[in-house]
Amino acid sequence: MRQQMPKQDPQTRRSNFTEVAQGFTAEQAQAEAKRCLNCKKPLCVEGCPVEIDIPKFIALLVDGKPDEALAKIKEKKSLPAICGRGCPQENQCEKNCILGRKGEPVAIGSLERYCADWGRARQGEEPASATPAPVKGKVAVVGSGPAGLTAAADLALLGYQVTLFESLHAPGGVLRYGIPEFRLPKAIVDYEVGNLIKLGVEIKTNVLIGKTLTIDELFATGHQAVFIGTGAGLPYFLGIPGENLNGVYSANEFLTRVNLMKAYRFPEFETPIRIGKRVAVVGAGNVAMDSARTALRLGAEEVTIVYRRSREEMPARLEEIENAEEEGVIFRLLTNPVRLLGDESGNVTTMVCQKMALGEPDASGRRKPVPIPGSEEELAVDTVIVAIGQGPNPILLQGTTGLALNRRGYIEVDPETLMTSIPGVFAGGDIVTGAATVIAAMGAGKRAARSIDQYLTRQKDCGVNP
Amino acid sequence: MKILDKKQLAPEIVKFVVEAPLIAKKAQPGHFIILRYKENGERIPLTIADFDREKGTITLVCQGIGKSTREINQMEKGDSFLDLLGPLGKAYPVQKLGTVVCVAGGLGVAPLYPKAKALHEAGNRVIGLVGAQRKEMLIMAEEMAAVCDELQFSTDDGSFGHHGLVTEPLRAVLAREKVDEVVAVGPVPMMAAAVKVATEFNVPVVVSLNALMVDGTGMCGGCRVTVGGQTKFCCVDGPTFDGAVVDFHELLMRQRYYRDQEKEALHRCKLEEAGK
Ligand SMILES: Cc1cc2nc3c(=O)[nH]c(=O)nc-3n(C[C@H](O)[C@H](O)[C@H](O)COP(=O)(O)OP(=O)(O)OC[C@H]3O[C@@H](n4cnc5c(N)ncnc54)[C@H](O)[C@@H]3O)c2cc1C
Ligand code: SF4
Ligand code: FES
Repeated sequence: MRQQMPKQDPQTRRSNFTEVAQGFTAEQAQAEAKRCLNCKKPLCVEGCPVEIDIPKFIALLVDGKPDEALAKIKEKKSLPAICGRGCPQENQCEKNCILGRKGEPVAIGSLERYCADWGRARQGEEPASATPAPVKGKVAVVGSGPAGLTAAADLALLGYQVTLFESLHAPGGVLRYGIPEFRLPKAIVDYEVGNLIKLGVEIKTNVLIGKTLTIDELFATGHQAVFIGTGAGLPYFLGIPGENLNGVYSANEFLTRVNLMKAYRFPEFETPIRIGKRVAVVGAGNVAMDSARTALRLGAEEVTIVYRRSREEMPARLEEIENAEEEGVIFRLLTNPVRLLGDESGNVTTMVCQKMALGEPDASGRRKPVPIPGSEEELAVDTVIVAIGQGPNPILLQGTTGLALNRRGYIEVDPETLMTSIPGVFAGGDIVTGAATVIAAMGAGKRAARSIDQYLTRQKDCGVNP
Repeated sequence: MKILDKKQLAPEIVKFVVEAPLIAKKAQPGHFIILRYKENGERIPLTIADFDREKGTITLVCQGIGKSTREINQMEKGDSFLDLLGPLGKAYPVQKLGTVVCVAGGLGVAPLYPKAKALHEAGNRVIGLVGAQRKEMLIMAEEMAAVCDELQFSTDDGSFGHHGLVTEPLRAVLAREKVDEVVAVGPVPMMAAAVKVATEFNVPVVVSLNALMVDGTGMCGGCRVTVGGQTKFCCVDGPTFDGAVVDFHELLMRQRYYRDQEKEALHRCKLEEAGK
């Protein structure tokens, strides 16, 4: 039987910001690891975007060697504590696990998290990793989300002197400002950032590339290559009347106030947030679930997810949907907001919605929601959180001449090398793919680090002075 | 990010000269910065009121209204701000237009001054109209005098210059001569009133909007304003906008959203001060 990770009770956890899932005990990890068949041709590995040797690390756990198991994972990725918590395993490794055909797949993500947490609990004991002296050159990384963090770590390990530029005052990207404490404790992000500093990476916060410095200036100050991992940070709005009423937040603003600025600890932390009694969250992805569950924890009495398609199309991870349900989030599916109404102070009071039905499949292959005529209904609300997706932030893109973009406004790269239209400038993560996943961004960071190394080595071999 | 100089300009209004070479190098009139002064502090947007590229410094003017701004104003020469991000926003496009009237209300002089200066340097005839509540609240008069061909003051209580609103001298100037542009910066009601007057005379008017902000980089959308029927992000698309099409009513409502929380924070802060 697949082991169940202990979780805080829904009634307790819905009013605190402590991590919900508590991690396997040593006994559970053993029991779960033993379930793995150690397949000759492991399908799970094919499902993993960075191809971790899954049966091998699990076997090391069975042998009681969590340190070696962790080292095995780290051969392929640098942030296991984060992926073990945030990866959509049910669509990746665990989806392919042979045990899943008849019963339940091995809890690969939970085991990965177990190894990472085991290592973190013993931080300081581990021998300082041997970094080669930075002789190979100097590289700038822009953006400190999972793509940038991974690229920076790998480049440092490859022997480069890395400067990591971040526009916010704290590094981590979405891991810092988006994903809430109860799902990804910020202590873990701090720990991973600390490791990066130990590798010799210099982190410069409060630098907005495109404004404070340009890409050209990065080259002029001695960087021989640049990696852009600026994410998809521009919030989309619904474009319906009343959207600028007070109490209507983008998920980015709502989550940034709470996670980055710690508004849940107002007034000790000085950034305010106002949460109403009745909160509606529009959208049904991870971002929407995080917003809904954060709203509950801030004291909202009733939190409703409003989503225009049906349950099957909800893009959030299954586990997060279940968590939200257990905590009492209400789901109003096949419902689309059409306008928002407010009071005389400009505060939102009502969301007018239209019921939808599913029609023919659209370009995304999902059945397209179509409005049911005459089906308008009103929902009383005092906070609305719009979580319908993000786009590329224009600042760096507009401030950089010669950077080719694709039709959707993201950076165009060579699919193999991740090099952009500007020689020596590489890009990866959400700024290339559009909003995706932590692991995909990390995979891109890894790949870019490798091709930056190849590029600079080739330049040197050819005697080109980059 | 070290404070090289500090000067009290008026009650609760402080001018800081801050070491920020990268920002000074790029700063243009209309740009602003985001500042955090301590670990659990807010991100506060402040306009770059002046800059010196050679010295690598920028000038900030801060009015102590809430808890955070009051605490900022207690910082001293030699102290450092924790975080300083900039320059942010779109620069005000300085052109040679002819005659430009620069109208400021209260603290609005600080963001207005670099524009007036640039307009002056670009060869415009600059008429400055500066209004405040009372005489001691008038700031940066000398700086304005140096870049204005004509400068008038007004106070609400009549303690200095014209007795009344700053829009009254504005009306008089527009009635008196042909003006090519009005630049108005100050509290929302003052900007709305200035826009109304300028529009009556068919003179283009630009304003600088002070929406509430979090990141200042287009990431949160908290700073949305409606301009010409479209939603704009004040921090990226502005803060300078065509005043004639700004929805000032919405802006005013949005600015007031956290008023209760701000009051609470300020109240606690005062209690703490009293306790000391
Ligand atoms: C609330 C939320 C929950 C999520 N949950 C999950 C989940 O459970 N599982 C999962 O796999 N994925 C999840 N995702 C998606 C995942 O977080 C992203 O796909 C991933 O973070 C993308 O990484 P990135 O490095 O490309 O960009 P980001 O993490 O967005 O980082 C980009 C960084 O670049 C900085 N930056 C931007 N422009 C500039 C500039 N011009 N100069 C300097 N710095 C700049 C930004 O401030 C930011 O820190 C979630 C996303 C959100 C918002
Ligand atoms: S597919 Fe499942 S059982 Fe096979 S190696 Fe991978 S985790 Fe183990
Ligand atoms: S302040 Fe966040 S988008 Fe403008």
